[in-house]
Amino acid sequence: MLNYLLRRIGYALIMIVLVSFTSFIIIELPPGDFLTQKVEQLRARGDRSAEQQVEMLRVRYGLDKPFLERYVNWAVNFLRGDFGESFEFERPVSEILGARLGYTIILALATTLITWLLAIPLGVISAVRQYSWVDQVISVISFIGLGMPGFLLALIILYFAIIVFNLEVTGLFSPEYQDAPWSVGKVLDLLNHLWLPALIAAITGIGGLVRIMRGNLLDTLGQPFVEAARARGLKNRTVTWKHAVRIAINPLITILGSEVFPSIVVGSSLVAIVLNLPTIGPVFVDSLRKLDMYLAGTCIVFFTIMLLVGNLVADLLLAWVDPRIRLE
Amino acid sequence: MAVAAAPLTQAKKKEIGQSYWDLVWYRFKKNRLGVLGAILLIALYGSFVALPEVISPYALENRSNFVEAPPTAIRLIDEKGQLRAPFIYGLERKIDPVRRLRTWELDTDRKYPVRLFVQGDEYKLFGLIPMNIHLFGIEADQSEQRIFLLGSDALGRDYFTRIMYGGRLSLMIGLLGQFLTLVLGTTLGVISGYYGGAVDMFVQRFTEFLSAFPNIPLFMALSAAIPVFWPPTAVYFMLTIILAFLGWGGLARQVRGLILSLREREYALAAKSFGASDWRIMFRHLLPGTMSHVIVIATLSIPGMILAETALSWLGLGLRPPLTSWGTLLQDAATIRAIRFTPWLLWVVPPILLTILTYNMLGDGLRDALDPYSGR
Amino acid sequence: MENAQTLAGQTFVNPSMDSRPTLLEVRDLKVEFNIRGGVIKAVDGLTFDIKRGQTVGIIGESGCGKSVTARAILRMIPKPGRITGGQILYYRYSRYPDRDGAKKDVEVIDLTTLDPDGELIRQIRGGEIAMIFQEPMSSLTPVYTAGTHLNEAITLHRLLPIKRLGDQMVEAITKYRRVTKEEARQIAIEMLRRVGIPKPEQRVDSYPHQLSGGQRQRVMIAIALSTEPYMLIADEPTTALDVSIEAQILDIMRELQQTANMAIMFITHNLGVIASMADEIVVMYMGKQVERAKVVDLFYHPKHPYTQALLQSVPRLGPKTGARLASIEGMVPDPLNLPTGCVFHPRCPAFMPGKCDKLIPSWNKVGENHWARCLLYEE
Repeated sequence: MLNYLLRRIGYALIMIVLVSFTSFIIIELPPGDFLTQKVEQLRARGDRSAEQQVEMLRVRYGLDKPFLERYVNWAVNFLRGDFGESFEFERPVSEILGARLGYTIILALATTLITWLLAIPLGVISAVRQYSWVDQVISVISFIGLGMPGFLLALIILYFAIIVFNLEVTGLFSPEYQDAPWSVGKVLDLLNHLWLPALIAAITGIGGLVRIMRGNLLDTLGQPFVEAARARGLKNRTVTWKHAVRIAINPLITILGSEVFPSIVVGSSLVAIVLNLPTIGPVFVDSLRKLDMYLAGTCIVFFTIMLLVGNLVADLLLAWVDPRIRLE
Repeated sequence: MAVAAAPLTQAKKKEIGQSYWDLVWYRFKKNRLGVLGAILLIALYGSFVALPEVISPYALENRSNFVEAPPTAIRLIDEKGQLRAPFIYGLERKIDPVRRLRTWELDTDRKYPVRLFVQGDEYKLFGLIPMNIHLFGIEADQSEQRIFLLGSDALGRDYFTRIMYGGRLSLMIGLLGQFLTLVLGTTLGVISGYYGGAVDMFVQRFTEFLSAFPNIPLFMALSAAIPVFWPPTAVYFMLTIILAFLGWGGLARQVRGLILSLREREYALAAKSFGASDWRIMFRHLLPGTMSHVIVIATLSIPGMILAETALSWLGLGLRPPLTSWGTLLQDAATIRAIRFTPWLLWVVPPILLTILTYNMLGDGLRDALDPYSGR
Repeated sequence: MENAQTLAGQTFVNPSMDSRPTLLEVRDLKVEFNIRGGVIKAVDGLTFDIKRGQTVGIIGESGCGKSVTARAILRMIPKPGRITGGQILYYRYSRYPDRDGAKKDVEVIDLTTLDPDGELIRQIRGGEIAMIFQEPMSSLTPVYTAGTHLNEAITLHRLLPIKRLGDQMVEAITKYRRVTKEEARQIAIEMLRRVGIPKPEQRVDSYPHQLSGGQRQRVMIAIALSTEPYMLIADEPTTALDVSIEAQILDIMRELQQTANMAIMFITHNLGVIASMADEIVVMYMGKQVERAKVVDLFYHPKHPYTQALLQSVPRLGPKTGARLASIEGMVPDPLNLPTGCVFHPRCPAFMPGKCDKLIPSWNKVGENHWARCLLYEE
């Protein structure tokens, strides 16, 4: 078990190094860097000392050093918790991402929770009442949900909120709590703002999972052990939930870790961009456009870490709920 | 004994005497949702890819002074309550003194009948035949009055026209990208499944690596890396290649798995014992066996590609103006200011959703039809 | 000329072959499956009874309706099947008189009239009529231990009397309580020991995948018997097992039956197994009951051509005659398009043209405690 964990963590570390290195290469690919963009801006403004200023910045950010050296410096500092400095904001990356990282994780977890809590019961109802009107309705809705990308749904909801209901749905806090210290009221306010973006980001995943859950459960309900459980005189509800659902859910845990959670992490960032939420999504897109490489690189690494952790948690969870699985 | 041999039902006879693809077609036709999806898709591609010039009343970049005009209502009843042929009222520019906004008001004195097949901007049908006939429009001087079915944008361009043209790039990127993915994915999948060894190692490790990457951030980083000064067409093809590059891994894996089981089948062994070349066995004997799977996977992943383009362009990382796609249109529509003041720009969303839905419907129908052994 | 309709419509008296008290009476049972292509008559006019402590074997080829009959008794017929006629009378011997609220010792319940998800059938199912299945490998839920499975059945169906201190009237036990967790575990371990599982104290915590096929079927039997049922339905319990293990399982079933005075309805297509287990045998073909007799009569004097053919297809030890093993000619007919007249006529060696394909045979007494459905024995 410990062995397995160590191996998985080692693997994750290698992946993170590979991913961050590749990201750096990709960001480095286009000709020019952040400073060439900056020089042009300054020149356009007629700033005479542009060249000189930029030269100073170049040294400060280490952009005069060769690529490899820059990457190694950044990576070594990363381990010490120093993620480099953002060119655009002229502040340390850790400062910019600090609070945002927390909200990103909270949003992703809330989305996962909603996905799970809605998809499983809907899939179960759909399977247990196969071909009934309830099943038909759930199937149609999940079908539409499957083809409803979160950011477009967010746009539509934003439209209705603004035009029809004249509501404020953007941001994670009401103005009065924005800069207030943490309190029960602030947490409630956060939850009040969080559920809608989380639900929006969850829709696509719910659509897919409902269909998978329905299929799995239909397969499982035909298994001999379900009939055997019924023959023991158990209630239908006990047979369904304790025996059939318990088995049908296992593959979903894997799918949740390997497919749904990653798409939630990314999907919720897109939703966050539309709804202007303080997560790392909007900052990341902006940093890519500006070639703000330490910021962008750090964001990618955080995304990757979230995915790898999600994957690992799913595997551990599966091993915990399914005695047939041995971690080796 | 004759009594025992019961006559086969009509449906059964049909199922017995037919080839695999006939059977697939027969089963597909029975799936109403799938057929509807196919018909809608043909209609979508027909109007957005083949004929946007004809259907839209103006040329793509035709600007006007009618800036941010709301959608024009086509009317049948005039201000006196009389029924008449379809017409629109003229638009008049007003300044709202309180909100300091430019608004458009109807001028009920000017009426313009809406006609079918009117002459207008010049274009080349299918890029070849010069024409100037448009499906609908009004017969008026363009600077005096225009028809904006879905309003106009900040440069006074007809938004309906822009959505029509935008569909061409967005819909085509899905097909092109998927085509590249298919070629790359099936070829590498077949080779890696058949030969194993170094190619297999490479495909396996590479797909593993890609799947560890958070995929949309990778998309974003890659497309952000397309140089700004590249010509639009180059950007378009680069984006297509990026989409395909990230998509082939999954497909290759699936094909590899299928080939691994197919190559042990009798017919593959028989072909080998007849002395068929590896190449022939791979692409004549094994590849067709994976086709049904591949078609389903491909159909179901096209909407993902279209969405990826839309999302990237929307974020300013994919296609850039002057290219017009649904994604670049979304860029203008998806701000709080735009939603508040020019909400009609969101009309670009329904065609995107419709496209995704129809592809899913078709893909689902195909999956059911192509897998005769699926119980459900 | 006789009309097939009147023959088919004939009702027959329920014959009794055993002096022991009746436990279950199946009368003219009909089960149909409405599927897209038509109606399948899975069971069509089945009649037999089971006495307390008796073993009745039901034999026939796959798809003849044996398993459907078993499920009909427990009201567990899968969709889209349903009982369309007949009765299943269950003589319910009150075990916990006060709990069940029954005044009489025996209460006759027609199982076909019960709500298949209701409280009463669930008390009977598992508690009074238990069932074991063909697939021991997958009849246990993979994520629960053997003990969890046993515990489920025990806590659901077993009640213990509450003995009041100082109460002299031992017979007047009027209160029962559910077993506690610890008691259930003790019962579970005891049951596992009785079905011959080594180290039951440890095995009770084993997961299904840690048990062999034979052990799993033993656990299934332990579960079924842990509730002390009046009757056990065994649906091909040894088909999926090795022959040596099969013998062990059969021994256990026989042994436990004797100690518990439990009836067994034994479903199989294996004639060797049935000969060693059953007192009485019902032969089924395409949903129809074709013959019913005491085991000795059936094996030595089979009357129906189908039974005869079935018996001839069993390989026997003995001097080599060089004769080929007999097989039944022809194919099992399409259940949607059953042959007219006698359903067996297209494959029957004694086929009488103009008769067998026109007339539906009735249920004829062909000997003492021996019935067959064949036109050969029609007056």
